[in-house]
Amino acid sequence: MNKKYDKLVKNAAGRIVPTIINGREQVPFMGVGKYKPIGRKYGPPIATCADYPSDGNKLVPDLKETLIRSGLRDGMTISTHHHFRDGDLIANQIFDIAAELGVKDLVWFPSASFPCHQPIIRHLESGVINRIEGSMNGPLGKFCSEGKMKGLGVLRSHGGRYQAVQDGEVVIDIAVIAAPTADPFGDANGVNGPAACGLLGFALADSQYAHKVIVVTDNLVPFPCIPWQIHGNYVDYVVKVDKVGISEKIVSGTTQITKSPDRLLIAELTAKFCDLAGIVRDGFSFQAGAGGTALSIGIYFADILRQRKIKARFMRGGSNKYLVQMLEEGLGEFILDGQTFDLEGVRSMRDNPNHVNTSPFTSYNYHGKGNFASMVDVVILGATEVDVNFNANVVTHSDGYLLHGIGGWQNCLFSKCTILPIPLFRDRIPVIRDEVTTLCGPGELIDVIVTERGIAINPLRQDLIHKVKGSDLPLKTIEELKHEAEKICGPPSKPELDDEIVAAIKWVDGTVIDAVRKVKG
Amino acid sequence: MIVTTGNKGEKVRSDCFVTLELTDRGGREVTLTSKVGVLYGQSIIALAGTILEYFDIQHAHLQIEDTGALPFVLAARIEAAIKLLLKTDKEYLQELIPENRYKTEKEKYRFTRLYLPGNTPSLMINAGIHKPDGIILDLEDAVAPDKKHEARYMVRNALRQVDFYGAERMVRINQVPKGLDDLGFIVPHNVNLVLVPKCESADQIHQVNTRIEQIKKAHGLASHVWLMPIIESARGVIKAFEIASAAENIVSLAIGLEDYTADLGTKRTAEGTESFFARSMVVNAARAAGIQPIDSVFSDVGDMEGLKQNVLRSKALSFDGMGCIHPRQIRVIYENFAPDPDETEKAKKIVRAFEEATAKGLGVVSLGTKMIDPPVVKRALKTIDMAVNMGKISKNWREEDNEQKI
Repeated sequence: MNKKYDKLVKNAAGRIVPTIINGREQVPFMGVGKYKPIGRKYGPPIATCADYPSDGNKLVPDLKETLIRSGLRDGMTISTHHHFRDGDLIANQIFDIAAELGVKDLVWFPSASFPCHQPIIRHLESGVINRIEGSMNGPLGKFCSEGKMKGLGVLRSHGGRYQAVQDGEVVIDIAVIAAPTADPFGDANGVNGPAACGLLGFALADSQYAHKVIVVTDNLVPFPCIPWQIHGNYVDYVVKVDKVGISEKIVSGTTQITKSPDRLLIAELTAKFCDLAGIVRDGFSFQAGAGGTALSIGIYFADILRQRKIKARFMRGGSNKYLVQMLEEGLGEFILDGQTFDLEGVRSMRDNPNHVNTSPFTSYNYHGKGNFASMVDVVILGATEVDVNFNANVVTHSDGYLLHGIGGWQNCLFSKCTILPIPLFRDRIPVIRDEVTTLCGPGELIDVIVTERGIAINPLRQDLIHKVKGSDLPLKTIEELKHEAEKICGPPSKPELDDEIVAAIKWVDGTVIDAVRKVKG
Repeated sequence: MIVTTGNKGEKVRSDCFVTLELTDRGGREVTLTSKVGVLYGQSIIALAGTILEYFDIQHAHLQIEDTGALPFVLAARIEAAIKLLLKTDKEYLQELIPENRYKTEKEKYRFTRLYLPGNTPSLMINAGIHKPDGIILDLEDAVAPDKKHEARYMVRNALRQVDFYGAERMVRINQVPKGLDDLGFIVPHNVNLVLVPKCESADQIHQVNTRIEQIKKAHGLASHVWLMPIIESARGVIKAFEIASAAENIVSLAIGLEDYTADLGTKRTAEGTESFFARSMVVNAARAAGIQPIDSVFSDVGDMEGLKQNVLRSKALSFDGMGCIHPRQIRVIYENFAPDPDETEKAKKIVRAFEEATAKGLGVVSLGTKMIDPPVVKRALKTIDMAVNMGKISKNWREEDNEQKI
């Protein structure tokens, strides 16, 4: 059995990280843009049409039979996707079947996990699953943080996940793609059917590189299934089930505009900063991540665009009703969508050709010939912590618990201006620290911190500082903000963490940027 | 005997729930469950120990269930619990932070004043960042009867420890005579203004001022404590001028329409026809006494357009401000009480005419062929002053207007 991790070294960010994870050699983080990959992309086994039905009918009676035909066995890597967010009904079933078949030591490789996946814990405890390589939210993160997971967790960004699959760092044995609509050949989309959830872009890499690809749907249509976001040529089996997902649950707490007056104030300050810094102009582009504050900033952008009678060239989603309204009102020309956050987003993607389905390949993959994340003028993101050097954390809280995934966060840092609108403290927990508990994003890529008590601009961005100099924005240094928070909350103690490593954080290029340590019980 | 103070529950944040039992032996036992235990657990337990020691409690079992309470909250909850079990005049006072040592002026603008329940600390912490003219820590209607005791400690500690970023620091006490006992919790802690609710006579004002003077004398304080009586009954309306002119430290007269309409036995409407007389009485009484008339709150926090219309009606009646029950209302009120561009331009013309007439030594001010009465000039000067102070026009508007003409 491979060790969880081995051979610790200090990486270029000064963090102690393992160079062997789950028995596999790793490259420690070398700095932004420093690691140059060599070699060729991963090639899955060549398939032949001779092995597939010429009438295109790949239907198999049920999921269990499909997994058996796919050769499910001990130690395999099984992937699933989070386009249903908290409404996923398939992932838990896969591991229930694996347990029933007596399979052990699987690696679950989800594009993200949600609270609905809490039942997976029993399979982690029983040994059906060895580890999760993917975001671990809520209960799963707690389980991992307490050192209960057999293997080492590995967290990657959405783009990092595509990169890992493309480069062969993760070899997917069986990909299970839940699809709101599919035909018997395996063509599939997420915009039609009773469980329509938007796009299926997170599953693209899996469909292209996994050894076996299973499409699961509750809305089987005759060939051709149009649009075909997933191509049947990549698909081995199709399964029809009663219900594939709960589309209403793609709407979560993080996809609603905040009602908190404090957070609205932060959103307003952020939009004002963007305006005064000259970012909001005709033809600009922006991305507002999930989270009530970030979403609210779009509303302020819309007001500015409307007043000036100008429009954005493209808006990057997470699409939601607010972004759709901007598109339909002509305040933006395109939505380049990576994830659909509500049913208005689904409708728009289905009906509006300017609402474009993208995948982590086009938007985020760092081992490609460019991606469009770096072309976005401004991106608005969240963070659990930021340190005085502008380094940021999105996966653990200040108490060390792993509670969030990375999502597209790391990939978005490459935009022309990265802004983190965050409260100065959350329930007495200061957000600005001397050193982040877990490093997810290097400070050199984070430009502005906006809090309810002031705005700090990274000294590396003298251009931005110059542009807003003399304005009535409440500009402060990041040290001043930290001091202000600690004056109110008191200086926090450092969390006491165990030496044992429970998870690794990958940078967008596949190198290891940090390690998450076990929380002392 | 076991006592409890504070709040707990799924939605409670930045607060704590304290259970205290004084015992005969076993020393001081403090147990803590905290959302922020990893970062602040030790300091919370140390604070609790210090407070118990301060009150000479040798043996007790103190249980704290914490949802991220700041030290001023923890201290208030623990002290309130102790005072339920122990009769003592001692007070555990935290530092009166330097940021809270400011005074306010009688003529200060009071367009917006934000009500905060006196026993809900989570709403106090960030109240000042929304820049209301005043922040009201409420000990009266926003506090449940069984929480009045602990709310006094919370309000006292907030006055000492929470930075309200320059907002006038106000407290609404309970109705006199009960409210007189609230004064001891606020007057020594640099409260700027006391709201006297359901005020019905000059005598109530005198009682409040007598108690304030006693407290000031006992603590060696010299500063003003301003008063804002609130008219909330038919009797109060009838006595409005008597109340408004009852004392020198009264700076404004407010009206509370929820209680007033209840007293009349009618329903409060958006148009406010039923309270037109009362609001006019309050405005006239305040103006006659040379103080600010302040309108009631608008209770639908989701209806910004309704609020705007309400403010415009209020302004037309000559009110100088109104209460807010949500930070989102502050800007709407502020913006709509502010002089609009037409008002400002008209005021500028009048002020220019006045200044020209004064420079020429003329006793009569005229604009074109029209004579301008002194009260009109006075109002114009006030409008300009207000527009400058609210950032609507520059302090150097005369020079800037001249430059534009050139």
